[in-house]
Amino acid sequence: MINTSEILETITMIRQEHLDVRTITMGISLLDCIHHSAAKTADAVYDKIMRKAGKLVETGEAIEKEYGIPIINKRVSVTPISIVGQASGDYLALARALDRAAAGTGINFIGGYSALVQKGFTGGEERFLETIPEALAETKLVCSSVNVASTKAGINMTRWRGWAVLSRKRRHGRRTAAAWAVPSWWSLPTPWRTIPSWPGRSTVRASRNA
Amino acid sequence: MKAIITVLGCDRVGIIADVTAALAKNNINILDISQTIMQDIFTMIMLTDISESRKTLAEVEDEMEAIGKALGVSITVQHSDLFHSMHRI
Repeated sequence: MINTSEILETITMIRQEHLDVRTITMGISLLDCIHHSAAKTADAVYDKIMRKAGKLVETGEAIEKEYGIPIINKRVSVTPISIVGQASGDYLALARALDRAAAGTGINFIGGYSALVQKGFTGGEERFLETIPEALAETKLVCSSVNVASTKAGINMTRWRGWAVLSRKRRHGRRTAAAWAVPSWWSLPTPWRTIPSWPGRSTVRASRNA
Repeated sequence: MKAIITVLGCDRVGIIADVTAALAKNNINILDISQTIMQDIFTMIMLTDISESRKTLAEVEDEMEAIGKALGVSITVQHSDLFHSMHRI
């Protein structure tokens, strides 16, 4: 049986210390939406997200009410668009479809305009990476990420350096919305090894020993 | 299904009467009750059985919120599972 001090402790945590559920995320596979036509892929992506996540916000709010604990963000995460869009090649159309679907479902943001390049990248993935600044500039709710490292694969320093060059070009290039969009990306660097093709050592070990 | 109803605020006449009357009207049984007043701060915690309630938990919560506003106290209604998951393994 829960005693009164535990109940008051929970109430205090929620009301005064702002305990909350930071986010609820629905993961949706878009592998069955892949088509060589960009328009058909975009429509399939939009329809599937609306069908699966249409009641996500409503359900989240019902849970908030039932348990009396706030849920700050409701979000959707999808199959990396670098994979979904390779057949058609039009990644920006998919970014717009994701944005429309996110707005239609009422969620806070949608993740998945992403690429996993820790082991290397295809030509399609390289073209995808070039579209990230424009996709972020054109959309309101789409989040993007590029995974450049893993414990098993090490750090893809080629992609890391390529990304830094792209970011500089975008910042100092033409004054367009796309040029000024700062891409957000994250990585999970390993201190132990880098991919053998890159002669330089990872700086993570050095910073740990500093 | 059990819910914990917590009432917090400045003490005044009629808090327990109004809250329990609303629960009785909705066929909600009070299983346990703990109440204390410390320096004019009224605190009441009730364990209730809402399985036979005429209203949903959300509707009961809205009604309690309205009663709380009228009385000048804060009333929260929460599913008991929240407290079990936080304090029990």
